Amino acid sequence: MSDTDVWVRGADEVLLGFTRALRAAGVPVTQDRSHGFLEAVALLGLHDRRTTYDAGRATLCAGPDDLERYDQVFEAYFNARDGLPRSRPAPPTVPAFSDLPETDGEGEGEESEEVVRARASAAEVLRHRDVARLSPAERQRLAGMFASLRPRPPVRRTARHQRWRRGQVDASRTLRSSLRRMGEPAEISWRRRGVRPRRLVLLVDVSGSMSGYADALLRLAHRFTVAAATGRRRGVVETFTVGTRLTHLTRAMRLRDPDRALVAAGETVPDWSGGTRLGETLKIFLDRWGQRGMARGAVVVVFSDGWERGDPALLAEQVERLHRVAHRVVWVNPHRGKAGYEPVQQGVLAVLPHVDDFLAGHSLATYADLVEVVSRA
Amino acid sequence: MDLQSTGDVAAALGGTGYLCDDSLATVGFLALKMQRPLLLEGEPGTGKTALAEALAEALDLPLVRLQCYEGIDATQALYDWDFPRQILHLRALEAAGGTADVEEAEKSLYDARFLLARPVLAALQQSPAVLLVDEVDRADDEFEAFLLEVLSTYQVTIPELGTVRAATPPIVVLTSNRTRELHDALKRRCLYHWIEHPGLEREVEIVRSRAPEVAAGLARQVVEVVQQLRDRQDLQKPPGVAETLDWARALHHLGTTDLDLATAAATLGALVKYREDADRVRHALDQMLRT
Repeated sequence: MSDTDVWVRGADEVLLGFTRALRAAGVPVTQDRSHGFLEAVALLGLHDRRTTYDAGRATLCAGPDDLERYDQVFEAYFNARDGLPRSRPAPPTVPAFSDLPETDGEGEGEESEEVVRARASAAEVLRHRDVARLSPAERQRLAGMFASLRPRPPVRRTARHQRWRRGQVDASRTLRSSLRRMGEPAEISWRRRGVRPRRLVLLVDVSGSMSGYADALLRLAHRFTVAAATGRRRGVVETFTVGTRLTHLTRAMRLRDPDRALVAAGETVPDWSGGTRLGETLKIFLDRWGQRGMARGAVVVVFSDGWERGDPALLAEQVERLHRVAHRVVWVNPHRGKAGYEPVQQGVLAVLPHVDDFLAGHSLATYADLVEVVSRA
Repeated sequence: MDLQSTGDVAAALGGTGYLCDDSLATVGFLALKMQRPLLLEGEPGTGKTALAEALAEALDLPLVRLQCYEGIDATQALYDWDFPRQILHLRALEAAGGTADVEEAEKSLYDARFLLARPVLAALQQSPAVLLVDEVDRADDEFEAFLLEVLSTYQVTIPELGTVRAATPPIVVLTSNRTRELHDALKRRCLYHWIEHPGLEREVEIVRSRAPEVAAGLARQVVEVVQQLRDRQDLQKPPGVAETLDWARALHHLGTTDLDLATAAATLGALVKYREDADRVRHALDQMLRT
């Protein structure tokens, strides 16, 4: 028996090594998952490569992205051919943003009020500046100001009821109160339909023509996500980037710290400043996520300048589709608020008939407007 | 039925007409042995829900189904009290002269006979059973947290009655269409499996086993067309296995034994559900069937 013991222990080593390799390749394998894997392999026996493979897929993976990586690592680890697939690329270095110090040591005393006033009006100016034309220092300063946005999730009515002064009779509450009086008819309680947050879906165009705005738009998306997760009325915000491909960013956006969230987004999105194939990526979004439920009844905000390289007809068809599925489609175009802007790009002309709101989105002030529109949607 | 190997699982499911591949059989076997919920994801129409039904049939267990939707909460999943009947009961007590004891009256009101068991509680009470939590991605985060709790303890506490614990944990199958990323904690509890569309041969087998009345030649033709349609990138909703079966049956009802353009076009409604798709498919069929 001790022979098998040794063999089993050795096998565990090998299997755990595999889970480590998997983790190194970017699949989030936790301790209990590895445990489940060992248990599953023990149940199935070690004799068969195929069953080990299936056991690992079932216990260690959590989505199609994981499955793809799993296959590579499994192949590499158990065939030990040419090493493991490369782990995720190193995160791009992003300067650590920090708010400017509240006071900079100078100007104490009688001058201080002056300084504060100057600072406040500088902030006011910054609010209206085009974010694509800011210097790095101004950008940092603006990043801190995003915290001043207070998005509230839009709401919808629910099937559940809540207590109210009038409306329908609330049988259960009426019964309970009448019971307190030994079955004597007591006061009647009323109820009405409750409200719940509506899902908010943000589609951020990160193609080349939008590159000046990507940073600010992702900060805005992060603000929406965090406010929805921590506010009084909890909501759900899903973020995607569109460009040449579709990337699901919700997980990165859920990090509490804005700068860490942006770094995580940078690691996730493969197509920064690429081309725009908006029609195609929108179609992928609708096929894979939107039509099945994510956009259904949701408020969908698309941030894009509509600079479409592909076929505008396809784009129009997809936005029309989106409009049929979603509760409200808001289109945010950074160029809209600028002097002399005319919606002439083919992409913009194609989508205009199918959107509910067409907003500007080039400065913090316009983002505040957007926040308003969304919360009232 | 006692299933001792993955082969047994595949055979038992096959006996009900559900044909699964090796990895699905393996995952099913693990779910039974490890008593862990099974989370199935995949394109719509690949047989996620059908697996739970087939499991229940193969093991001869009752199937309890919980359909999730946005806004579902614990009372719709667990239990509720039948208030109109409680009020009637209270009136009856009164008519019979009433009871002097409030506590007694209340006790008789919160009796098991006024309890409406919703799916999760029903599955625990009827154990062993198969509990199907369908389209869990449609429910909210809070509901997921609640499910997680039930799925880790297999017990439910009703304040007025006490704790209901399943004698044998139910076999739980969760399905998701990935409209929303599920919470990691829930995923960790579960065994995960992504169901793909079946290959040509397997899909023909599935049609033959699920709709034996359809002529063999027709079944193959139907599957060949469907598989080609699935490869196209331009359909809003590529047909799933369920649609293949629908279409084959529809053609059979029209007395078709050999697929031709006219009947195919007439029965397209069984296969595609969008006007735009119908146009594209009709065009594609033109080319496929003309040769």
